[in-house]
Amino acid sequence: MADEVVLLDFWPSMFGMRVRVALAEKGIKYESKEDDLWNKSDLLLKMNPVHKKIPVLIHNGKPVCESLIIVQYIDEVWNDKSPLLPSDPYHRAHAKFWADFVDQKVYGPARKLWAINGEEQEAAKKDFLEIYKTLERELGDKPYFGGEKFGLVDIALITFYSWFYVYETFGKFNMETECPKIIAWAKRCMQKESVAKSLPDQKKIYESVLDLRKIRGLE
Amino acid sequence: MAEEVLLFGVWGSPFSRRVEMALKLKGVEYKYMEEDITNKSPALLKYNPIHKKIPVLVHNGKPIAESQVILEYIDETWQGYSLLPKDPYQRAVARFWAKFIDDKCLQPVFKACWGEEKDREKAAEEATELLKFLEEELKEKRFFGGESIGMVDIVASIIAFWLGVFEEASGVKLLTTEKFPKLCNWAHEFVSNGVIKENLPPRDKLIAYFRNRFGGANASK
Repeated sequence: MADEVVLLDFWPSMFGMRVRVALAEKGIKYESKEDDLWNKSDLLLKMNPVHKKIPVLIHNGKPVCESLIIVQYIDEVWNDKSPLLPSDPYHRAHAKFWADFVDQKVYGPARKLWAINGEEQEAAKKDFLEIYKTLERELGDKPYFGGEKFGLVDIALITFYSWFYVYETFGKFNMETECPKIIAWAKRCMQKESVAKSLPDQKKIYESVLDLRKIRGLE
Repeated sequence: MAEEVLLFGVWGSPFSRRVEMALKLKGVEYKYMEEDITNKSPALLKYNPIHKKIPVLVHNGKPIAESQVILEYIDETWQGYSLLPKDPYQRAVARFWAKFIDDKCLQPVFKACWGEEKDREKAAEEATELLKFLEEELKEKRFFGGESIGMVDIVASIIAFWLGVFEEASGVKLLTTEKFPKLCNWAHEFVSNGVIKENLPPRDKLIAYFRNRFGGANASK
């Protein structure tokens, strides 16, 4: 029976991008459905009634929600190639810990860099850089967070890279100066086809944010 | 080689108790280290330098932090009793609900019981909406895990037991049998389970602790 895979997505979402990367890593064919977050589709509301958010993976009619849960689901179902998690339980736990760290810590301050002005934005910049420096220490001299292999933590974090021009411009800092190893790691990830084709161009994201800021009265 | 399992926890914490429940269900021997979070031990800071929080499981010298990460590690490392289903879709569903409880439910529940007066009603409404999702998810199952207690039930112990403690200590009522007949039934079954019962903190001590720590605003109730 042919697998039917549908992804409910929103092009600038770093969470949707994570699923795109995972699907591409595994070579899975799927239908992408773009959702309009200001006018959510009936399908989205039916498939994710609890959170009403993308991404949602619909596999043979059954929905899976929450980006990192989807990535793990993809890894477990399509387990014949490109493992996204190590096989050893301790290393798996280590990966899940850091993926959870990214989820808990990055988005909040990142959003404040462009969505607000003033003191709170300054505080967010400090937090953002501190968090990335912690991640940089964890990365160390490894090519990927997973070691030799690209995996869950890399997927969790790399998608924020497409927003770096936004963060740098509004936060007024330069990531290459602040976190050179993170930039080197990001460029290494972008060499992978699965990543390069899943992340929109940084300038395109920036333009969409300019529109958002106008709507919020920040421009 | 002798196996060494250490658990750093706090007696009243639902997060370290859930790890203990998992270890006990699996029949794993472990040494428990009670932490004073106002005066964290050098060992805790060494094993969890990032968050500096309990619980931390240390298995043969290697630390694992974050309760849900620990639960999955326990399930994968020790055979026998299964905390998560084997089917990938069912696993994804279980992970979804476990995350829902921790990410979404805890804050409004806490705020409804212990928040500022002006915030409590709104928080209670929010908590009620969220608990409804859990009531619906339970359907006709005995436990969230099906016939036996699973990871979601263990994570939801915060609702089965701690919520009742909050309610008694604060005077706020959220989990009523009228609104949540299935959830109340489940809670009763869950806390009555032998292994679980043995691993819950003493109720009166916990009520007193919460009243003492957060109950100032509720003194008139």
